[in-house]
Amino acid sequence: MKLNLSILRRGVVRWEGLLVILIIVVAFANSQLSPYFLNTSNLLRTTSDFMEIGIMMLPMVFVIATGNIDLSIASTLGLSASLMGWLFMGGWDIWLAVVVALIASVFAGLLNGFLIAKLKLPSLAVTIGTLSFYRGLAYALLGDQAARGYPESFTFLGQGTLGTTGIPFSLLIFGGFALIFGLLLHKTTFGRYIFAIGNNEQASRFSGVPVDRIKMGIFVLSSVMAAIAGFILAARFGSTRPDIGTGLELTVITVTVLGGVSIFGGSGTMVGAVLALILVGILRFGMGLINLQGQVQDIIIGLLLILSILLPRFGKQLTSSLSLNRGVVFRVAGVVTVALVFGIFFFWSRTLVLAR
Amino acid sequence: MIAEKPVVASPPERRFWQIFVKFRETGIIIFIVLLSVLVTLRNSAFLSADNFRDILLNISILIIVALAQTMVIITRGIDLSVGSMIGLTAMMVSYTVTGLPGMPVFLAIPLGMALGAVLGSLNGLIIAVGGVPPIIATLGMLSIYRGLIFFYSNGKWINAFEFPPEFRELAKGTPLGIPNLILFAIAVIIAVFFFLKYTRRGRDIYAVGSNPDAARFAGIQIKQTIFTVYMISGILCGLAGVLWASRFESAQTNTALGFELQTVAAPVVGGVNIFGGSGNVLGVVLGGFLLGIINNSLTLVQISPFWQLAAQGLLILLAVVVDSFILRRLKRFSSKRKR
Repeated sequence: MKLNLSILRRGVVRWEGLLVILIIVVAFANSQLSPYFLNTSNLLRTTSDFMEIGIMMLPMVFVIATGNIDLSIASTLGLSASLMGWLFMGGWDIWLAVVVALIASVFAGLLNGFLIAKLKLPSLAVTIGTLSFYRGLAYALLGDQAARGYPESFTFLGQGTLGTTGIPFSLLIFGGFALIFGLLLHKTTFGRYIFAIGNNEQASRFSGVPVDRIKMGIFVLSSVMAAIAGFILAARFGSTRPDIGTGLELTVITVTVLGGVSIFGGSGTMVGAVLALILVGILRFGMGLINLQGQVQDIIIGLLLILSILLPRFGKQLTSSLSLNRGVVFRVAGVVTVALVFGIFFFWSRTLVLAR
Repeated sequence: MIAEKPVVASPPERRFWQIFVKFRETGIIIFIVLLSVLVTLRNSAFLSADNFRDILLNISILIIVALAQTMVIITRGIDLSVGSMIGLTAMMVSYTVTGLPGMPVFLAIPLGMALGAVLGSLNGLIIAVGGVPPIIATLGMLSIYRGLIFFYSNGKWINAFEFPPEFRELAKGTPLGIPNLILFAIAVIIAVFFFLKYTRRGRDIYAVGSNPDAARFAGIQIKQTIFTVYMISGILCGLAGVLWASRFESAQTNTALGFELQTVAAPVVGGVNIFGGSGNVLGVVLGGFLLGIINNSLTLVQISPFWQLAAQGLLILLAVVVDSFILRRLKRFSSKRKR
């Protein structure tokens, strides 16, 4: 067991090194492709596009490290932002509305946590249900309306910068939280419990880890951070529609896993997750600079996610046992043929309409 | 991510499993009947043949894909890329049928299924051969296939007037008295039922899901079985893509966006264990039917459609909770018996 863990830890360190190298490579490529990349004010401005994802990623590291998943965060974000907007449109003070929405997010997290920790239900199934439920409540509150007209003191959350430095206020919020969450995970008993639960829940329970309470706490944390991300996003847009932030959960999970947090739980670092966020951030910024559509950028991010797990595995397999018997050759040939036919059809059929 | 090991059915337990499965479906049926009675009391239009046909049309595509999702879930996997596969095949098939007006329109079906098979096989290769966890692999492919829709079409949609007029008949035509879409769904239900119950590969799916180690010792080809379920998922998504384009007479870049959640919800409501190893066709069909009835009845009793999503979410939660209570009672019951 001891040996196993040390190997794991070394693997993690190597992972972060790899991320740093990738970041340097992408940054270099970007600076070659576009003269606008290495521009401090550009770089700073673009960070605010990723702060909501980053803020939700921090507790997601906890959730995934315990071997769970929370698909409902983007819906909690939507619910909190919508509740806040709805109260504000009803004449409430914006900060009072923020507090009420925060309290609502605590209850959203408690419901997730209760079902997962106390009733021992699978987190995937529970949070798929609350994903619909919370988003549905957001729609029930705002319908097809949008809440807008927020005061400047509130929109500062998402649009403000620190004096004349150009550092976005949201970057500061994220930085502060990242530090707290990093220390929580790596320097406290709470953090060690998280990894213990992720490694072996049964064993941690028997050795006196308050498993249920910690799981509850993590899901509440996840919902509260989602609510905070929701306020920042609403402040950045200057308005709230009930579909705000839809689908962000997938990006958050992608970044977390890319950061080296094992989807089976038990390992991962906050530094890795933050590095992955930076990597995805500058990758997207660079692709935006060369005018790639957002959805085409998704192809690259998706590939990165899959290859980040596939390549290390293949590397291991290639060095251990590579048997090139006839069956393997036939199969590879079959795969290549099918891929070729599909590719030809793909490019041919699109010209049928686009070339007209 | 999987924390708890599922119950492995040993022979004396199996009888109770069957009773449990039957009880479970009775539960859903009772729920459906209750809901129907309540809604009918408020609005008698619910029981009309027209409304019934509406419900069936609305859930046909969902059930086709939910059955594919079920097979994946039984092997302890999940396929989050179904919505993107539907969107991509719908777009590619729509481009082909509008670009080649001379092509017999029914060929769109095998074309869509073949394209879907390729997409699903790629998922299967990454998961079964590459060893990437299903949730990550299909999460990545969700983005990749969706991005390919944009790359393929340059954002150009196919609209109703551009389709050959016979294309809409694929889903909406009624040569046998009922819309083809419903017939396709029935055919898929029957095919999946027989596949899971009476073929070797179908039985292997349950074996791999309930105990992979035992399945390996029993000589079951695990990798091939897992590859197969993702390929089937692709094939059925291809079929669903063609039917989707035909039914809504359009192929858009956001076709079936977010559909994966509904396809997971139907099996979960229908009693398919999210940890794999158990679940059956009837439950999934009833689960999809229940989701369809809920959406339909909210409109009929004049609850704002904005509540639909919340009601659907609440139903999923309810189903998961009830399911776990029944499972736990069953566990306690069987352990008492052993003693």
